[in-house]
Amino acid sequence: MIRNLSFRYKIPLRASILIAFTAAVVTAAVMYRVYENLKNDLLADASSMGRVLARPLATAILHDDVWRAYEIINSPTRATGEGRGSQPQVMMVLDARQKVYVSTQPKQYPMLSDLAADDPAAGPLRQAIDAMVAPEFTVITLPSTDRFYILTPIMSDEVRLATLVMGYSRSMFVPRFFDMASSAVVMTLLALALLLPVTWYWAWRMAIPLTRLAEAMGRVGPTLPDLADCRLYVSRDEIGQVGTAFARMLGQLKEKEALEAQMLHSERLAAVGRLAAGIAHEINNPLGGMLNAISTFKKHGNDDPQTMKTLSLIERGLVQIKDIIAALLVEARLQSHPLSVQDIEDTCTLVLSDAHRKSAELVWENDIMDALPLPSTLVRQILINLLLNAIAAVETQGRVRCHIYRDSTNMIMRVENGGQHIPPERMNYLFEPFSSSREGGTGLGLWVIYQITQQMKGEIAVQSQPGLTCFVVTLPIVEASP
Amino acid sequence: MRSSIRLALILCCAFFCAAVSRADQTPIRIGLTPVFLDDQTAFVNSWRNYLTSKLHRPVEFVQRATYREITDLLRTGKLEFAWVCGYPYVRNKDAMTLLAVPVYRGKPTYRSYLIVPATDHQTASIADLRGKVFAFSDRDSNSGYLVPVHELLSLHQKPNGFFAKTFFTWSHRNVVQAVADGLAQGGAVDGYIWDVLAQIHPALTQQTRIVRASSEHGFPPFVAAKTVAPEDFKMMRDTLIAMPADEEGARLIAQLRLDGFTAADEQLFDSIAVMRAAAED
Repeated sequence: MIRNLSFRYKIPLRASILIAFTAAVVTAAVMYRVYENLKNDLLADASSMGRVLARPLATAILHDDVWRAYEIINSPTRATGEGRGSQPQVMMVLDARQKVYVSTQPKQYPMLSDLAADDPAAGPLRQAIDAMVAPEFTVITLPSTDRFYILTPIMSDEVRLATLVMGYSRSMFVPRFFDMASSAVVMTLLALALLLPVTWYWAWRMAIPLTRLAEAMGRVGPTLPDLADCRLYVSRDEIGQVGTAFARMLGQLKEKEALEAQMLHSERLAAVGRLAAGIAHEINNPLGGMLNAISTFKKHGNDDPQTMKTLSLIERGLVQIKDIIAALLVEARLQSHPLSVQDIEDTCTLVLSDAHRKSAELVWENDIMDALPLPSTLVRQILINLLLNAIAAVETQGRVRCHIYRDSTNMIMRVENGGQHIPPERMNYLFEPFSSSREGGTGLGLWVIYQITQQMKGEIAVQSQPGLTCFVVTLPIVEASP
Repeated sequence: MRSSIRLALILCCAFFCAAVSRADQTPIRIGLTPVFLDDQTAFVNSWRNYLTSKLHRPVEFVQRATYREITDLLRTGKLEFAWVCGYPYVRNKDAMTLLAVPVYRGKPTYRSYLIVPATDHQTASIADLRGKVFAFSDRDSNSGYLVPVHELLSLHQKPNGFFAKTFFTWSHRNVVQAVADGLAQGGAVDGYIWDVLAQIHPALTQQTRIVRASSEHGFPPFVAAKTVAPEDFKMMRDTLIAMPADEEGARLIAQLRLDGFTAADEQLFDSIAVMRAAAED
C-alpha cells in the first residue's frame, strides 16, 4: 500500500512522521527534565526546611517540651495550609531509641511508639537512620510505598538527639508536573501546527521534479513526447542530472526515429527506382523494335492515307512512351565533358525566358570561377529542373534566388523561392515519380534530380516553410585521377 | 546658631511639660495569663481602651505564656494587677491580694474537665488512662494540673509513674488541641475555656469527649500586688464590678462569656488550698 504511494505523498508523509517523532522525543526529554528539576527543587526545599526545623526542635527536645516540638513540626503545614505546596505528608521526630517522640499524625504515629511493624517504611527507615552520618541529611525512596523520606539529624552540641523524618508523597508534585508538562505539550503542538504545513509543502515541492520525470518517462512509448511538454526540472542535483540524461536520451531516440524514417524513405525511393529501371529496360527493347518497324514501313511507302495516319499516331504514342521511359530511367552518363562556368551561365539563359513569362525575378549568384570535374549534362539537368520548379512555384512577380558555390569538397546549388510551401505530409513522397501536385507537371522533375544526385553520390535537402522553400543539392567533387 | 538655641529651648520646655503630666499618668499594668482565651488581641485592645477611659489612666496589659512569669512580675513590682489562676493565688498569698472574681454562669466558680479524644468511648475516669500520654496546661494551673494530680493522689498515684508521658501545652486551648489531634490520650482543661471553645470553635471541641467534670473551685481571680495603693485597688475593683452596668463593659463581658465580676471572699479558694497541701506534701 505505502510502497505504491506516490512520492508526492510519501516524502511529505515521511518528513511529517520524522518531525512528529522528533517533537515527541524533544517534548519527552523536556518533560523528563522538568520532572527531575521539580524533584531536585523539592529535595532542596525539603532539606533546607529540615535544617531550619532541626534547630528549634533540638531546644524543644532538650527541654522535653513535647507541645513546642509538635507546634514546630506542624508550622510548615499551618503556614501554607493543608495539602498546598510541597508540604510533607507526614513529619515525625524519632528519638535516640527510634521511638516516636512526636509526629504530625499522632493517631497514626502515636508518641512513644515504635514504628509499626506492618509499616513498610519502618525497616528501611531504621536502617537509614542507623547508617546516617550526622549532620548530613539522607533521602530514601521506598519502591513499595508511594512516599519518599528525608531524614535530618537533630543535633545539639554535636550530639545527635533525635532524627526528623519528613515523608513526602511521590505523587505530590504530579499536578505541578502536569501543569508544566501540559504547557510543553501545547508549545509542541503549536510548533507542529507551524512546521507540518511547511514541511508538507517543502517535501511536496521536492517530489514534483521526480513525479514530472516519471510522468515524462511514462509517456515514452510508440510516440515520443515533446521535450517542451515534459516541463523537466532544471538543476544540477541528481534529479536534474536524471532529467538531463532523459532529455539526451529523448533527443537520441528522436534522431534515431528520424534516421529510420529517412532510411525507409531512401529505400522506398531506391525500390521505386529499381522497379522503374527494370520496367524501362523491358519496355525499351520491344519499343525500339516497334519504332524500327514503323520507320521501315514508312520507308517502303504506302499511299493509303488512312494507314499512314494510323501509323503516325502509333508512332507518336510510342515516342511519348519512349520519352517517359527515358525520363524515368535516368541513366547517369558520366562520360560527359567537365562542367565549365559557361555551362552554368547557359542554364541561367535557358530558364530566363520562363522567368520573364511569369514576371518573376531571378537572382543569380554564381561563385564558381573554374571548371569542375563534374559531368556537365547531369549538373545542368539538375539545375534546370530546380530552377524550372522554383519559377513554377512562385507567384507572379515572385522571386527566385539561385546560389551556386563550392567548398573544398563539394559543389553546392541552392535554389530558393518564395512560393507556396510544401506541406509536411507531402515531404515523404516529394521525390517519388508521378507525385506532382502541380497542374500540368509530370511529377518526374524531382525524381530525375533525385536519381542523378544519388548516382553522383550527392545529397539533396529540402526545407519548406511558409514564405520560403529551399532546395539544396550537394555534389561531391571527385578529382579525376590523372 | 540662634535657631538651634531656640530649638533647644522648645525641646526643654516640652520635656518638662511631659514630666509634669506623667505624675498623674503612671500606667496601670495588668498581667494576663491563659486563664481565658488570651490570643484574641483585638478583644484585649478594646478592653484596654475601655479600662483606660474608665480609670482615666493609661492601662497596659502584659501577656506571658506561663503563669509563673506573671506571678514573678507581680512579686517584683512590675505589675499592679493580674488575672491569675486560683492555684498560684493560694501559693502566693503573701504577695497578692484578692481583687475580684469573675462570675461564670451565676457563680464565681468553675470546674476542671478531664477530656479524651472523641474516638475513645471506653475511658470512664482518670484511672483508665494508666500508661497513656497525658496533656497538662501549665504546672501552675489549678484546673489544668492540680485537679488531675490531686485526683491521682486519691488513687495513690503520681503522674510520672502513672502516665507513660506527660507534657505541658502552656494553654488550655492547646490541651484541647492536643487531645483532639490524638497527641495526648487524655488532658485536663479549664471547664470555662472548654465551654467557650465549644461555642466559638465547636469543630475542635467535638473531637474531644468530657469524661468527668471536677467539683467546683474558685474561678481564676483578679489579684493586686500588695504594693498597690488602696485608692487604686478600690478604683480597679469598682471598675471591674461595674463593667456589666454600661454598654461597652457589658459587651466586653459578653465576649468573655462571663456574667461579671464580684468581690469574693478568699475562702472561695480553700478547696484549691486543700488540694495544694495534699499535692505538695
